[in-house]
Amino acid sequence: MTATAVSGQAPDLREPKGWRSTKNRIMTVLMVTSFVLVIIPLGFVLFTVIAKGASIISWQFLTGSPIPPNVLPAGIGGMWPAILGTIEITALATVMAVPLGILGAIYLNEYGGKGWLAALIGFMSDVMTGVPSIVMGLFIFSIWVLHFGYSGLAGAFALGCLMLPVVIRSSYEMLRLVPDSLREGAYALGATKARVTVTVVLPAAIGGIVSGSLLAVARAAGETAPLLFTILTVTEANTNVFSGANTSLPSQIFSNASQPYTGAQDRGWGAALTLIVICFVLMIVARFVTARFTRYSR
Amino acid sequence: MSTAVKADPAVPAGSASPLSTRRPLGDRGFQILALASGLLVLVILVLIAVSTSQQASSWFSAEGLKIFTNNWDPATNQFGALAFIYGTAITAVIAIIMAVPVSVGIALLLNEVVPYRWSRPIVYVVDLLAVVPSVVWGLWGILVFAPWIQHIYASIASGVKGVPVLDALFGSPTSGASFFTAGIILAFMITPIVTSLSREVIATVPQIDREGAYALGATRWEMITGAVWPHSQGGVVGAVLLGLGRAMGETIAAALVIGASPVITSHLFAPGYNMPAVIANQFGEASGEFRAALMGLGVLLFVFTIIINVLARGVVERSARRKRGA
Repeated sequence: MTATAVSGQAPDLREPKGWRSTKNRIMTVLMVTSFVLVIIPLGFVLFTVIAKGASIISWQFLTGSPIPPNVLPAGIGGMWPAILGTIEITALATVMAVPLGILGAIYLNEYGGKGWLAALIGFMSDVMTGVPSIVMGLFIFSIWVLHFGYSGLAGAFALGCLMLPVVIRSSYEMLRLVPDSLREGAYALGATKARVTVTVVLPAAIGGIVSGSLLAVARAAGETAPLLFTILTVTEANTNVFSGANTSLPSQIFSNASQPYTGAQDRGWGAALTLIVICFVLMIVARFVTARFTRYSR
Repeated sequence: MSTAVKADPAVPAGSASPLSTRRPLGDRGFQILALASGLLVLVILVLIAVSTSQQASSWFSAEGLKIFTNNWDPATNQFGALAFIYGTAITAVIAIIMAVPVSVGIALLLNEVVPYRWSRPIVYVVDLLAVVPSVVWGLWGILVFAPWIQHIYASIASGVKGVPVLDALFGSPTSGASFFTAGIILAFMITPIVTSLSREVIATVPQIDREGAYALGATRWEMITGAVWPHSQGGVVGAVLLGLGRAMGETIAAALVIGASPVITSHLFAPGYNMPAVIANQFGEASGEFRAALMGLGVLLFVFTIIINVLARGVVERSARRKRGA
C-alpha cells in the first residue's frame, strides 16, 4: 500500500481552490460524456435495425422458404432456412459446449485446487477466449470439413469451441462463490466428492452457471466468421443438422449486406432484427435467471 | 455412487467397504471426466496450432520470408501479406485509441461517481453493445455509418489540405469504407470488454486508500489520480491489451466496412484490408496455394492474438497477485 502511495503522483494541494474544483468538475463531465458516447451509437444501431427491420418482418418473412436470390425484391420467399439453421446449429453447439464447460470448471475449482495443471488450464482457457472466431472457422475447416464435408455439425463444433472457454470461466466464478461450509457439511454426512459436487455444489451455483451459459449462447448465435467455411450458405431449409450444407441468420446478413440491391438490403435488415431479438431474449432470460436463482454473489 | 447403500450403519453411504480406502468407481470416474473436460481446452489449442499450420505449410515453405512483402496477387500466385498485417495493426490501434479513454471513463464513472443503484443500468447498457452481433455492426456500418461519415471525412480532408503530417494522415478520402471507419466500428465492439475489465480492476482499490486521499483534502479527481490510478494501472494495461487482441481478431464487421483494398498507405481515410477480413472474403473461392496462404494468415493471426492474450493475462494476474500480497 505504501509502495503504491509513493509511486503515484500525489495531488498538489497548493493549487488554487477554484481551479482544483473546476478540474474535478471537468473530469466528472468527461466521464459522463464517455458514457453518452457509448449510448449514441448503440441507440443509433438499435433504432436503425428496428425501424428498417420492422417494416420487412412478416409472417411470410419468418416462415417462408427458400431464401430468394439477392436481386429479387423483398416480399418474395422468406428467411425460414436461416432461422432454422441458426436454431439447430446454436442448440447443437450448446449441447456440446455447456456440459463440457461446466465439467471443466468443476475440475478447476473442485479437483485442481492450487496445482500447476489447474493453473495452466485456467490460464489457457482465458487465453482461448481471445482466439479470433475466424481462426476457429479455419480450424474446423481443416480438421473436419476437409474430411467430412460441410454440415451444421461442423458449424456447431466451431461455435462450441468459441463457447467452451466462456462457459468455463463464468461457471468457475460461480462455483468459487459456493461456501466451503456446504461442502464440509456434505462430507461430514459421508458423501463422496462426486456426490458432493453434483448434489450440493452444483445446485447452489446453478443460477449463475445457467445465466453465464445463456450469455455465451447469445454471443455464439450472432457469430458469422466461424460459420462461413463450415456450413456454407445455402437457400433451402436443411433440417438435418448432421449432414449437408446449411445456412444461418448471420451468414445471410453478411451475404446481403454488401449488395447494391434494395431487396437484399431489406432482407439483411429483417434478418438483423430477427437475430438481435433472439440474442436479446437470451440475454433477458439470463438476467432473469440471475435475479431469480442466484444464491451466492459477490 | 456405484455401490449400493447397505443397511449396516458402520459403513458410510457411498464408500466402497469399511476397511478399504479405495474410492468408489463412480467417484473416480467423475474426477476423470472433469479432468478430461479441462484438458480439452489444451487439446483444442494445440490442435488449432497444428492443423492450421499443417494446411498452411506450403505457403510458409514456398514463400519463406517473402510472406512479409507487400505483394498480394492471387492471379499470379504472389502471396506477400504485409498489407494485411499493416491493416490489422492500424485498425486495431485506431480502435484502441478511441475505445480506451471512453472505457476507462465509464469504469471510473461506475466505480467512483454514480451511486450503486445507477451503476447497474449503466452496466446493462454497456453490455448491450457486446450483445449486438458483429455482423449487425457491419451491416449498419456499411449501409448507414459509412455513407454518413464520408462527408465528415471530406470536410476534415479539405480542412487539413497542405498541412504536412495531417494531410498524409487524413487527406484524400475516397469513400466511407476505410481503415478509420473499421477502427471506429471496432472501437464500439471492444468498449464493453475493456470497460468491464477496467471496472473489475478499479473495484479492487482498497476503500481505505480513497478515504485517505479524501482526508488529505483531495477532490474526487485528485483522489482518482492519486489513490485509484496507481493501484489499478497494471490491470488497466492488461485490459487494453485484451481489447487490442479482440480488435485484431474481429472479422465480419471489419470485412464489411474496411473497403477491401490491399494497400499500404498513410491515409487513414483510404480503403484498406486486414487479416481476418481477407480470410473471410476470399477463402470461399480459394484453393491450392491461395488457400494455403489464407490459412497461413489465420496462423499468423492466431499467433499474434495468443501472444497478446498471454501478455495481457500475465499483466493482469501479476498486478492482481501484487494486490493480494500487499
